[in-house]
Amino acid sequence: MSFFSRSPWILHYDGSSCNGCDIEVLACLTPIYDVERFGVLNTGNPKHADILLVTGSVNERNIDIIQNLYRQMPEPKVVVAVGACACSGGIFARAYNIQGGIDKVVPVDVYVPGCAARPESIIDGVVQGIAALEAKRKKTA
Amino acid sequence: MSPWIYGALFLVFAPVFGGLLAGVDRIVSARMQGRVGPPLLQPFYDVGKLLQKQARQVNPVVEPLLLGHVGFMAVSGALLLGGTDLIFIAFIVALAALFLVLAAGSVNSPYSFAGAERELVVLLASEPFFILMMAAVCKVTGAFTFAGVLASPQLVAVQLPGVVLAFLLVATIKLRKSPFDISMSHHPHQELVSGLTTDMSGRMLAYVELAHWYESALLCAFMVLLFNWSIALGFVAFAIAYALEVLVDNSTSRIKWQLVLRSTWIATLLFSGGNVLALFLLGR
Repeated sequence: MSFFSRSPWILHYDGSSCNGCDIEVLACLTPIYDVERFGVLNTGNPKHADILLVTGSVNERNIDIIQNLYRQMPEPKVVVAVGACACSGGIFARAYNIQGGIDKVVPVDVYVPGCAARPESIIDGVVQGIAALEAKRKKTA
Repeated sequence: MSPWIYGALFLVFAPVFGGLLAGVDRIVSARMQGRVGPPLLQPFYDVGKLLQKQARQVNPVVEPLLLGHVGFMAVSGALLLGGTDLIFIAFIVALAALFLVLAAGSVNSPYSFAGAERELVVLLASEPFFILMMAAVCKVTGAFTFAGVLASPQLVAVQLPGVVLAFLLVATIKLRKSPFDISMSHHPHQELVSGLTTDMSGRMLAYVELAHWYESALLCAFMVLLFNWSIALGFVAFAIAYALEVLVDNSTSRIKWQLVLRSTWIATLLFSGGNVLALFLLGR
């Protein structure tokens, strides 16, 4: 086991959404769930991040932003799509400005379902993201 | 035993001390916020991970500058314990900090650049104090080396209570604690994205973290200078001071750079300067 599983730093981006999943992601940091127990940090800086956690769907305006954030993250990196909108476009899927899920613009490693996704399932998604991160590190090392 | 052995020991054990201190800091901070917090060794896991991660340099000059930063920070502690002149140490610490400013200023990110400018401001705020502190310690004990100060029968803190007070304030800058952490957000905060370290990834960030551990250990050594009756007394004083710093960090919000500069200079002039002046007037 490497240090990646003990210190996954997260960059959270919220696309086109109702902000429900956004709030649930922040709930993970509160005393009830306290993800810092597992070494998880919400960095807010793509160059420090290991996991890109995206809530909400892709629209015309945020394609470049998501791709830019993804490109700025150093290897190894994984993307976790949180909630129905990030997975497939969700309830907004047929709106005129929506492209669909996050996998339309960047490769997604873990899909976390739910509307809104519960904090327990978000933490579970991050744990699966860590496994994917570990696999990528072994491939590049 | 030659004092240089203590210098070598500092090079090896200061990062262990600084890393454990950072781990305790994160647990205590979490408990203050009603959380459990990460494991004690979390800072070591973080640095271990950063060393395994890809390091992207925006400007190839960043890595040598950051190596200079961590190198001079480590060497300043080793020189202090090795018996070098105290005033000289104050200048080397400032030089080490300047390397970080240059590294952060050499990239294009406006956040990093703003962080570098603010770091210069906090250097301007803290450095006069450290020079005055060293001069005051030399004046009280008549010694210019670490071992000399420790051998002095005078307890420096009793003679210089004002300097101890000002040290508590200025240490907030050096430990990167709120309300003075304007140049770089340390873990729980997000100011200017990450200020100075915005464009540093992988091992670059690990160097900054390592230098910070050395700096924490160096501040502990400064505390031993002020409480020079025994090294244990200095450690106890540092532990109390650090607990206060964590409390202040968790209960204050960040202030503007003008107020940082004003408050630290007023503390330096009023507490430390007044203290030294009083000693002169009392004829000691």
